[in-house]
Amino acid sequence: MTATLSAGLAGGTQRSTPDPQAAGEAPERPRAPAGRPSRGRPYATGLVTLWLSLVVLLPLAALTVTSTEHGWGGFWDALSAPSALAALRVTVLVAAVVAVLNAVMGTLLAWVLVRDDFPGKAVVNALIDLPFALPTIVASIVLLSLYGPDSPIHVQLNATRYGLVVALAFVTLPFVVRSVQPVLIEADKEVEEAAASLGAGGLTIFRRVILPTLGPAIISGTGLAFARAIGEFGSVVLIGGNIPRHTQVASQYIQQQIEIDQPVNAAAVSVALLAMAFLTLFVLRLVSARSLRREAAS
Amino acid sequence: MSRTTHLSAAATAVVGALVLSACAGGGSSDTSATSVPAGNVAKVTGTISLYGYSVAKAAYAQVIPGFTSGGAGQGVQFQQSYGASGDQSRKVAAGAPADVVSFSVEPDVTRLVKAGLVAADWDAGPDKGVPFGSVVTMVVRKGNPKGIHDWDDLLGPGISVVTPNPFSSGSAKWNLLAPYAVKSDGGTNPSAGLAYLTSLITQHVHVQPGSGREATETFLQGTGDVLLSYEDEAIAAVRAGDPVSYVTPPQTFKIENPVAVVTRAKNPTAATAFVGYLFTPAAQRLFAEAGFRPVDPTVAAAYAKDFPAPQKLWTISDLGGWASVDADLFTKGTGKVAVIYDKATK
Amino acid sequence: MRTSTSARWSLRLLALAYLTALLAVPVVLILWRTFELGLGAFLASVQTPAAISALNLSLFIVAVVVPLNVVFGIVTALALVRGRFRGKGLLQAVVDLPFAVSPVVVGVSLILLWGAGGWFGALDRAGFKVIFGVPGMVLATLFVTLPFVVREVEPVLHEIGTDQEQAAATLGANGWQTFWRITLPALRWGLTYGVVLTVARALGEFGAVIMVSSGFAGVSQTLTLLVHSRYVDDQNTYGAYAAATLLMGLAVLTLLLMSVLNRTRRTT
Repeated sequence: MTATLSAGLAGGTQRSTPDPQAAGEAPERPRAPAGRPSRGRPYATGLVTLWLSLVVLLPLAALTVTSTEHGWGGFWDALSAPSALAALRVTVLVAAVVAVLNAVMGTLLAWVLVRDDFPGKAVVNALIDLPFALPTIVASIVLLSLYGPDSPIHVQLNATRYGLVVALAFVTLPFVVRSVQPVLIEADKEVEEAAASLGAGGLTIFRRVILPTLGPAIISGTGLAFARAIGEFGSVVLIGGNIPRHTQVASQYIQQQIEIDQPVNAAAVSVALLAMAFLTLFVLRLVSARSLRREAAS
Repeated sequence: MSRTTHLSAAATAVVGALVLSACAGGGSSDTSATSVPAGNVAKVTGTISLYGYSVAKAAYAQVIPGFTSGGAGQGVQFQQSYGASGDQSRKVAAGAPADVVSFSVEPDVTRLVKAGLVAADWDAGPDKGVPFGSVVTMVVRKGNPKGIHDWDDLLGPGISVVTPNPFSSGSAKWNLLAPYAVKSDGGTNPSAGLAYLTSLITQHVHVQPGSGREATETFLQGTGDVLLSYEDEAIAAVRAGDPVSYVTPPQTFKIENPVAVVTRAKNPTAATAFVGYLFTPAAQRLFAEAGFRPVDPTVAAAYAKDFPAPQKLWTISDLGGWASVDADLFTKGTGKVAVIYDKATK
Repeated sequence: MRTSTSARWSLRLLALAYLTALLAVPVVLILWRTFELGLGAFLASVQTPAAISALNLSLFIVAVVVPLNVVFGIVTALALVRGRFRGKGLLQAVVDLPFAVSPVVVGVSLILLWGAGGWFGALDRAGFKVIFGVPGMVLATLFVTLPFVVREVEPVLHEIGTDQEQAAATLGANGWQTFWRITLPALRWGLTYGVVLTVARALGEFGAVIMVSSGFAGVSQTLTLLVHSRYVDDQNTYGAYAAATLLMGLAVLTLLLMSVLNRTRRTT
């Protein structure tokens, strides 16, 4: 399943549920008894903690501490500066638009790839993963060649919010498709057919039969796309225009604050961005846990 | 059996990566020859790391080959980094490995003097450490459809002006000082100058590119009616065939771009020789060819037709020198221009 | 399903039109613009000293990051799956953290930790350059690629359990022998897959790397930085297209590798 690729690049959040059965395809194998005695293990845990601290935790700790270097008031001032607020607002707005676009088009694409059949489907299916493999700066250049000043079709989206939407839609394309696709394959086609034979129209089937099954997958794909979109930098850096209060997104604002030697402002907005991404992923975890419980109950 | 083959495949991937690392490790330093063919490694007498402001790249593309093609500079290799002048200065102050810095504005050098990275007497020479310069010009769309000729035209209804962020870009400081000097009559009537800047910044400047180069790129991609820029950058854009032309207003501002040797330079002899070379007639001619105004009077006279003299060219010393201007106008939070920017863009 | 033919057709058309406008046409256009001057121009543009050095640096970073991720990824996955210790949930969350962090934020964090004015600024002042040096770029890439190997190896470890290892131990194998003969071979596909993902991400990282690079053309520019600097600093649009095409080629190669791996993994 190509879905693994997306899931891999998208983040293990969906799959890292501590439930071993979710990951295991061989449930008949007995679970390992707790703790085979081993000399190395405590060291291993210590080593892992040290490694994660050095690579991930310490930098983020330095960031968080710096953001409050001028006290909580300073932190709040940096965040509530109108241009910082505007950048965060643009970021959330555009990311939300892109998330909705993904929810609709991603589901549609998944449906077409699973339920429809046409020549070249395999190629289209492979194409979906391209945005994950493509460096973001390449995405920016690629889109600029069609939607930039040299546009052969005379559509100029650079330095507009539409340009931002296109760039972010490009890099987040696989999330919803790849999370909905496997569910759709598993979903019982016969129920759809039965509903149709009972006279239900296409829209009714979609609303009553398909959507409830796909719901959790769509939500999780959309959430991951949103989380990715709010932090995105490389794909918007050339096409976005970086216009304060119009197309400047939070990551560009952070870079600007570093360039003008205001690290505390940069750190404060970074912390806000981080918090938003966490919140999104946390909510996703809750939703997926709830739908897992519901599944188990039924 | 098959397990072993698969394992060895996985192992090969890792080993292959390690081997690659060995090759690349050598490669990344060997192929640093940006101006000297890789075959010439034997003649190398040192490497100079140059941190320059973004627009200067065009000048050094001419001048560095001039230096390395003969004399003291033969065989010297260059590592060059370009970006917004203020950001480059911040990076060097924060530890970036620079031997020579070439900034847009003097305060960016002053920051390094304060940090102990540039000798206090860096500007003691006859040219005060400034080997080249330019003047502030207005780049407009081809044919000048909005009829931009002078500073007041920028304040016309609906005119959108592109100029970089003055807190990262040196270019932006020059661009703002020009109308300030003109309107305040060389600083004698500051409130008139500030009034002009206030309406320019609050009503006509909507973008804040990081550097002069990015500002040009923004303008060329279709944003704005007027780009405030260096004359050399305007010349380069016209030469490159971009659909723009430029207007030098009757009264404008003299841009002086300082160059200095960093005290902890790894190769101070080569670095000093390079900075010295910049003031030679040969280098001055190369600067002029690249569209930058030379400081050598003989060379300047030879290229006079390329660089028309405006009616009145204000200079930073007319305004009292960089130390007072920077403190008065550009200090973050309290400088008068900083306050206008804060109000306009926050 | 008896969706009416016209509805089916219009859904298909809508989906394909979206993909075409967003993905296919831009990619084809850039390929066309790269190769319209002939293969020679493309090759010349990606063989300049700066381009070769950028490719080398990108590969060098990959070559440092991959082994580190493999070793620590396996140890981390083992600890997460087999270990019983307090704070395991926390460790799980930390492994996922890099997925949630904006690349620019990674760059800023590293500057604030390792930069001359940061917590470990003493190292910098002592002459060990992390920020504005290759170590900073490696650390940035390590940060963003950290989860891949862990998250690919972890489910496999869950799946295989420990009875084979225990059997080996009963037969007298020591810890290392068990690891090399039993555990590692079982992990091979998950591990390789994680490595491929790491390589793809490491080659493509831009935001985090640009914040910590000294930006010397031909020395400290990776391929992604080369694309950016050619486009913005040099106004060398063609050069940017050519370098982007090179990166795109590497990305497609990774994609192919992944789909082959996936197929093999399913059949073995």
